[in-house]
Amino acid sequence: MIIRALVDQGVEVVFGYPGGAVLPIYDAIFGQNNLRHILVRHEQGAVHAAEGYARSTGKVGVVLVTSGPGATNAVTGLTDALMDSIPIVCFTGQVATHLIGNDAFQEADTTGITRPCTKHNYLVKNPGDVARVVHEAFYVARSGRPGPVVIDMPKDVQLGKGRYVGPEKVVHRTYQPRVKGDAAAIERAVEMLASAKKPIFYTGGGIVNAGPGASQKLTEFAHMTGVPVTNTLMGLGAFPGSDPQFLGMLGMHGTYEANLAMYNCDLMVCLGARFDDRITGRLDAFSPKSKKIHVDVDPSSINKNVSVDLPIVGDVGAVLEDMIASWKRQKLDTDRQALKAWWKQIDEWRGQDCLHFDQGKEIIKPQYAIQRLYEMTKDRDAYITTEVGQHQMWAAQFYKFEAPNRWMTSGGLGTMGYGMPAAIGVQLAHPESLVVDIAGEASILMCIQELSTAVQYRLPIKIFILNNEYMGMVRQWQELLHGGRYSESYSAALPDFVKLAESFHAKGLRAAKPSELDGVIEEMLRTDGPVVADIVVDQAENCFPMIPSGAAHNEMILSIDKSNVVSDAGKALV
Amino acid sequence: MAVEKRARRHTIAVLVDNEAGVLARVIGLFSGRGYNIESLTVAETDQKLNLSRITVVTSGTPMVIEQIKAQLERLVPVHKVRDLTIEGPHVERELALIKVSGTGEPRVESLRIADIFRARVVDSTNTSFVFELTGASEKLDAFIELMRPLGLVDVSRTGIVAISRGADAL
Repeated sequence: MIIRALVDQGVEVVFGYPGGAVLPIYDAIFGQNNLRHILVRHEQGAVHAAEGYARSTGKVGVVLVTSGPGATNAVTGLTDALMDSIPIVCFTGQVATHLIGNDAFQEADTTGITRPCTKHNYLVKNPGDVARVVHEAFYVARSGRPGPVVIDMPKDVQLGKGRYVGPEKVVHRTYQPRVKGDAAAIERAVEMLASAKKPIFYTGGGIVNAGPGASQKLTEFAHMTGVPVTNTLMGLGAFPGSDPQFLGMLGMHGTYEANLAMYNCDLMVCLGARFDDRITGRLDAFSPKSKKIHVDVDPSSINKNVSVDLPIVGDVGAVLEDMIASWKRQKLDTDRQALKAWWKQIDEWRGQDCLHFDQGKEIIKPQYAIQRLYEMTKDRDAYITTEVGQHQMWAAQFYKFEAPNRWMTSGGLGTMGYGMPAAIGVQLAHPESLVVDIAGEASILMCIQELSTAVQYRLPIKIFILNNEYMGMVRQWQELLHGGRYSESYSAALPDFVKLAESFHAKGLRAAKPSELDGVIEEMLRTDGPVVADIVVDQAENCFPMIPSGAAHNEMILSIDKSNVVSDAGKALV
Repeated sequence: MAVEKRARRHTIAVLVDNEAGVLARVIGLFSGRGYNIESLTVAETDQKLNLSRITVVTSGTPMVIEQIKAQLERLVPVHKVRDLTIEGPHVERELALIKVSGTGEPRVESLRIADIFRARVVDSTNTSFVFELTGASEKLDAFIELMRPLGLVDVSRTGIVAISRGADAL
């Protein structure tokens, strides 16, 4: 019945790991051909793979794990999906209902543990509820602000018999998120935009979640109005990276022009982003001179960190559509004269060339490695995932995304180990495409076991490790904040990644000199199968520009020599 | 935009599906996000529709209160969230059971005060009374303070329940 419900929901792939409490479901999987099961090596990998699958397709990712440790191992992935609003339905096995609460073998209070890290969860106690709960779970996972949903399924319920109901028969009683934005508010928003002198669109992952149509609408609206656009880490690809109106990413490691434009603007239109602390910097100095409009599908995101002048609750794609319609109907235009001056100012900031680096002959600069990867893959059908740390920020700065759903990264939770399993999920959804995991040598070891999964299913993912032998971002913070005392951030006893790849029956490559880099990338791209490319990069390189914690957008530092000391209050922030 | 920073007490009524774990969700939200709970009451109010009503008294700045309401509304089994404090006049009541033990003059005095407060005696032995008292929380506080020197031994309070005045439902 579970399988039938999944098939009726259009599910094609399930990521999972079997165990005692889910054997009945695995038995049902064995006897059918509609669902493909991908056996991962660790439950965390299953959830990340489902996230990669979901984020690159817009569909719901499905996970199946056993009770107890299966469920607890999935918690990191579930939290990651919650923070980044990724739709996931995760089935967890549970001990039989009469054993619940008895500290039975592999029992855990899964609904209790996952309550704060899911959008919603269910413990199914009655076989008759199974089909309804599954359909409800899919509805909840994908509606409104998407998120993970757990269905905890005791073993006797899995074996029980109940009546099947189809998805069309299941309507949720309470959960009906608002899609259309308030018409009067939208009208006011476009009027504010028309009279603004220094407007900016600050756009986030909500645009990506609202579907490719929302990105098109954003691009159309930006071009109609001539307003500069900046994206959050999660929103990269929502607006074409090579568009002249794009200022690059904003926030802690965002570009100089994006952050200064945020600081100095007089109207901020926030579309599907949530004023995260990595974006705002010091709150009391965040964009002090601007009026703010915030469009979000989740009312709790509005006025959470920053109070806004005009909130609009609704799906950002639908709201953008209405904004464009209203703009056209009222025959509005932006103040072109003022906008010209605004762009002149922005171009001056751009002139700082904040992402500049000097590539010498001896050591590969990590930025250069990403730049080369971008140049050599930009004309291909490419998807990029990352782990977490310096390499992630460099990837965000130097890889330009032209379309949404091409960039998979752990933004909110910042989960090291996300990238490779996510790449597996992406590759399964797009078997013919190029999928690259841009990784660091520390992060990649956190879910390295999934290389085995990639090999088993012949998934030709490319793992591009920027190896600086340090947990680079930790080292950078220690350098800036803790007097260069590199406590435990050196990756001692690293494996030989080439041999490690070979031991997994994958291909291993290494580049240690700038002159070797292109050859290695070429060979990586040519190889039909999983590849680990170990790129030995400059150990001392830091990720700039940077807004130090506790600082404001206009206090960002561009390099270490100009850097000022971080305040004590700033040190307390992470 | 000028934002009021002063914390204020709010009474919030929440209508939820009466299902397993719903109270844990609400409480977990408050503890997980660092909000106060000053008082919380919950009971089923509609058996046929399987609905429970939670009355929660909390305090915070307007921005925090707005967050609390938005976060509550985001919970899947929540039907309605109403801030009675800002949505107009409402009635708040609390019930307490108060046990006083003693003999002689203090015992008589406690009965006399109970009469003034319109508390009812719901249990009595030769050496004790249990009073039942309903009213505003301040009235209950005052009564309990008066009972303290007269042999107060035990107090059980329900926390606040509240409902809006007038004909409109939640």
